[in-house]
Amino acid sequence: MAEGRMRGSAAPNNLYFPLTLTLSLREREFSRQYHLKRELLKFAIFTILVLLLPLAAKEGYILNVLVFVGIHSILAIALNLLLGYAGQISLGHAGFFGLGAYISGVLTATHGQNPWLAMCYAAGAVGILAFVIGFPILKLKGHYLAMATLGLGIIIYILFNETVDLTGGPSGLSGIPNLTLGTLTFDNDLKNYYLVWTFTLVAILLAVNLANSRIGRALRAIHDSETAARLMGINARFLKVQVFALSALLCSVAGSLYAHVMTFVAPASFGFNFSVELVTMVIIGGLGSIYGSVLGAAILTLLPELLRAFQDYDIIIYGLILILMTMFLPGGLVSMAPVFMSLLRGRRKQPGGAHAEA
Amino acid sequence: MLRLDRVSKRFGGLLALEDVSFRISEGAITGIIGPNGAGKTTLFNIITGLYDISDGDVFLSDARITGLPAEKLAVKGIVRTFQNLELFGNMTVLENVMAGLHTRSRCGMVACALKLPWQIAEERRIREEALQWLDFVGLSDDARLKASELPFGKGRLLEIARAMALKPKLLLMDEPAAGLNSRETLELAGLIRRIRESGITVVLVEHDMELVMDICEQIVVMNLGRKLAEGTPREIQENPEVIAAYLGEG
Repeated sequence: MAEGRMRGSAAPNNLYFPLTLTLSLREREFSRQYHLKRELLKFAIFTILVLLLPLAAKEGYILNVLVFVGIHSILAIALNLLLGYAGQISLGHAGFFGLGAYISGVLTATHGQNPWLAMCYAAGAVGILAFVIGFPILKLKGHYLAMATLGLGIIIYILFNETVDLTGGPSGLSGIPNLTLGTLTFDNDLKNYYLVWTFTLVAILLAVNLANSRIGRALRAIHDSETAARLMGINARFLKVQVFALSALLCSVAGSLYAHVMTFVAPASFGFNFSVELVTMVIIGGLGSIYGSVLGAAILTLLPELLRAFQDYDIIIYGLILILMTMFLPGGLVSMAPVFMSLLRGRRKQPGGAHAEA
Repeated sequence: MLRLDRVSKRFGGLLALEDVSFRISEGAITGIIGPNGAGKTTLFNIITGLYDISDGDVFLSDARITGLPAEKLAVKGIVRTFQNLELFGNMTVLENVMAGLHTRSRCGMVACALKLPWQIAEERRIREEALQWLDFVGLSDDARLKASELPFGKGRLLEIARAMALKPKLLLMDEPAAGLNSRETLELAGLIRRIRESGITVVLVEHDMELVMDICEQIVVMNLGRKLAEGTPREIQENPEVIAAYLGEG
């Protein structure tokens, strides 16, 4: 075994050769600024695209679908922070989404609370709940964690169904008011589009920042080797709980938006199927890629609209997509981006550094 | 510096370590040697907090550190490298070292997500220091490669750079020469000496006797979970028990 490794290893060249050192220093400085600028440029282009899209989508129905793409993007980004970066699975994220929606719904529709305040209360409550649950649950790894989060999602789902006095049970909760800003009421698809996508853009920005920071590195370190991460002084357990709470909090905000956009919520939207759908979005887009999550969310939101005939079998199609993606494209659709770009430019891209780009 | 006091480790009915006591003096390079199954790696796993201790105590600079988890011990200055490399394979070479600077930076989730001014400044400091550590081991030119793309020898250097980024007091190296060719081993010996010169106490588990006898000032010999002997390289080479254990095994 030792020989095999030896053959594979090249001797370190240019150990202390000053000339290559100075050259490479300059080169590195260049690439750092280049990386930051490119990240900013990506966000700017994406923002402009989001702002202009309603001009192309005049039809109200498409705009309505795009509102849901925005909400699903927030959810996928939230799950990606946990699954793609920290490497921890959750099959119960629809539950946090639902909790946000129901807390907002009940506080505003039943108790007449201000919707914005309700959204904050929901986010705070769900974040704290996830934080507390996170400590025992994230001790588990792999399949056990999947089962535990699955159970959590199911418990929350059952609560929505059974606490009829509070949530209206299976028939749902109606009469949730729209969000307002001064005299502006977000009551049509166009307004909701800009409302939701403002949140989505903020979520993208925060997630990209986080991914390219000390915390993002620590999360990816945990993903790659939890043992090594701990030996580097990274408090893996606490960090996993923190990102779980953050992820749940983001889902809750998406849930609140959903409640106010729909003005009606029912338990069926927050079941196990939707949790699987979220995982599919993240994997289709690409684990550890924020824009990939948006892409995954867009595809999985538009797909059912395009494949209306398959409506009842959507979970089968998601399952199939999951299997095919993990078999043939484990890096997700974004891993195709360099290939695509090189085809576009007609030259080969240099290898390396792909993972860090969020 | 580091003191082990009658340390034992049991796995079920198996006694992997039995009443091991020794002292590692500050600023020295200490080698731990012994045949396979002598308990050397178990010893490392105990010192770095990966295994719970069954019996006995460990002291770092006279403070009892028995039973502290790995991440706390890393903060206290006990850092290690691995025989089979435990790099963060999906991160770049530079990011690996930057991750090693985790304990020496403090921006939390909120500061990072909002990219607050001091987070930007800290990030720049982390990056610059990480580049210096890459220079130290001679990996500057590979900074932007993915760590998993590095050949084994360079991967080992990266592990050392990452460990150094924590500014350890005590650096434990598990078979640093394993898988290296003779030239790489020679360069490694130079690197280990430079690490010691920067004031870090080094402990290595190693099979390459030439390397051990060359760079170590102190040697602890383990056999079947017990300490067999302790002394300078010359004393060890002349110790009849050690010779017997090695010949007996060999």
